[in-house]
Amino acid sequence: MSLIQQDIGRIAHLARLELDAAHGERLLAQLNGFFDIVEQMKAVDTTGVEPLAHPAAVIDHVALRLRDDVVSEPNQREANQRSAPAVEDGLFLVPKVIE
Amino acid sequence: MSADLHQLDLTDLAAKLAAREVSSVEATQHLLARAQQHMGLGAYLAFNEEASLAQARAADARLATGERTPLLGVPIAHKDIFVTRDFPTTAGSKMLEGYRSPFDATVVSKLASAGAVTLGKLNCDEFAMGSGNDNSAYGPAHNPWDTARVPGGSSGGSAVAVAARLAPAATGTDTGGSIRQPAAFTGITGIKPTYGRCSRYGMVAYASSLDQAGPMARSARDCAVLLSAMAGPDLDRDSTSLDRPIEDYAAALDQPWAGGTAAQPLKGLRIGLPREFFGEGCAPDVLAAIRAALSEYERLGASLVDISLPRTELSIPAYYIIAPAEASSNLSRFDGVKFGHRASQYTDLLDMYKKSRSEAFGAEVQRRIMIGTYVLSHGYYDAYYIKAQQIRRLIAQDFQAAFQQCDVIAGPVAPTVAWKIGEKTEDPVAAYLADIYTLPASLSGLPGMGVPVGFGAANMPVGLQLIGNYFQEARLLGVAHHFQCATDWHTRAPEAFQ
Repeated sequence: MSLIQQDIGRIAHLARLELDAAHGERLLAQLNGFFDIVEQMKAVDTTGVEPLAHPAAVIDHVALRLRDDVVSEPNQREANQRSAPAVEDGLFLVPKVIE
Repeated sequence: MSADLHQLDLTDLAAKLAAREVSSVEATQHLLARAQQHMGLGAYLAFNEEASLAQARAADARLATGERTPLLGVPIAHKDIFVTRDFPTTAGSKMLEGYRSPFDATVVSKLASAGAVTLGKLNCDEFAMGSGNDNSAYGPAHNPWDTARVPGGSSGGSAVAVAARLAPAATGTDTGGSIRQPAAFTGITGIKPTYGRCSRYGMVAYASSLDQAGPMARSARDCAVLLSAMAGPDLDRDSTSLDRPIEDYAAALDQPWAGGTAAQPLKGLRIGLPREFFGEGCAPDVLAAIRAALSEYERLGASLVDISLPRTELSIPAYYIIAPAEASSNLSRFDGVKFGHRASQYTDLLDMYKKSRSEAFGAEVQRRIMIGTYVLSHGYYDAYYIKAQQIRRLIAQDFQAAFQQCDVIAGPVAPTVAWKIGEKTEDPVAAYLADIYTLPASLSGLPGMGVPVGFGAANMPVGLQLIGNYFQEARLLGVAHHFQCATDWHTRAPEAFQ
């Protein structure tokens, strides 16, 4: 199965990327090249094999830990907003979304 | 005295600091000046001399009171994937140009409290995606053995800094081989510990189920000292940090293998050689160096065992589906709102997201985001993402079967020596294929090392990969250390950087 240019546009939209035509064509060729090597996975019989999302599941056979849902950090709004592109009154500014 | 400080490895420099023959301020100033002299290598991305010297002065004060810890006053440098309060953090991306983190990564703060001094931040592939350090938005790093060649990646700057004697040691991160492969390409030693051994808190995330920090230095001994300070539980801040006590890896280094003797310290050690790592896919010059190293291991008493990791080849598609899937999710945080680049012109919010991301992410990052988004999208999730995770489990099971027959696994780190800068830029899939020997251990979460064992084509370094079972970092470091006690490959430096 090969991707077509339309797929590239759809995936780019989902990924919130904007590709110009040349970039889109290059990506189409590269992604199809990549999915050629992915094809060999199909031949593997994985019936009944539980997906391994995370190595911790095989190391120690532990489930991922959850910590208590409590506040652990002090308020550091200023420090956290220091690298924000646009801030006003401690709020992040974005283009108007509601008319 | 000060003129040759950069020639000392971490252990020797620490000894001189402890003996107060040299001060941390002197060592720091010397290495900062040397780093400045060699900016053409592209190893360093940022300095903060004032902060470095403040740390050095504090270390000297602690040394003056008689305090002695293994890293006290030793200058090191950090891969620019670890966030730092006192230095900018870019992750090699235009996206984070000018970003200042409000906090230090756990690995950074642990090393700082152990008394290490931070010299600066080191170049890497953008968001750690790459195996040549040629995907950095701030230019490539150059291999000091041949500056026309890549140093490997993604921890390329770290490898260059250590190999060119710009720092005695550096931190790195390894998602699919990013410590082991650059270590191999530059003739230094590096270890990726068991997944979960070092905290990921403050490591800019690429693929969260694979990312793992580790040290890069000139010897297994130096790596052991560093890893002892870097590793350990961080249970409140990293949900994948494993609850295992801290080990003193350096203390156990010289112990012979059970059954070993002074002449044959590794007598009884069974080294498994996966036949899939020794096939025609591996260049003859690399294989020759690897086989010579294995003969040395036999002289040290080890026996070589033929084993199989039958799904080695499948690790490439499995990894390049799982890692981009996690990356596409992790990198969705870069939206031009809370931090990072924001486009200067856009029509609305959606357009702002798209323009900001497209302007600031490099080609490889966009490629992996596209792959990841696709394999996670409706209708393809089961065929690609779930299938890759099932294969991941089979690969992890293959290792457990192999470890029934051997104590450690050995083979090449990479199928060739370092390639020329630009050689694989146009063919990303060719670069993916070159990761074949490091990906299986990554997918399984196993610890692995890169150890210099000689030279191949064009007189470029070759690295031996050692893979251990979970939590066997001490064993790996010991097996590498005994080799380094009997050989001197790890002491070689490129002529221009001695």
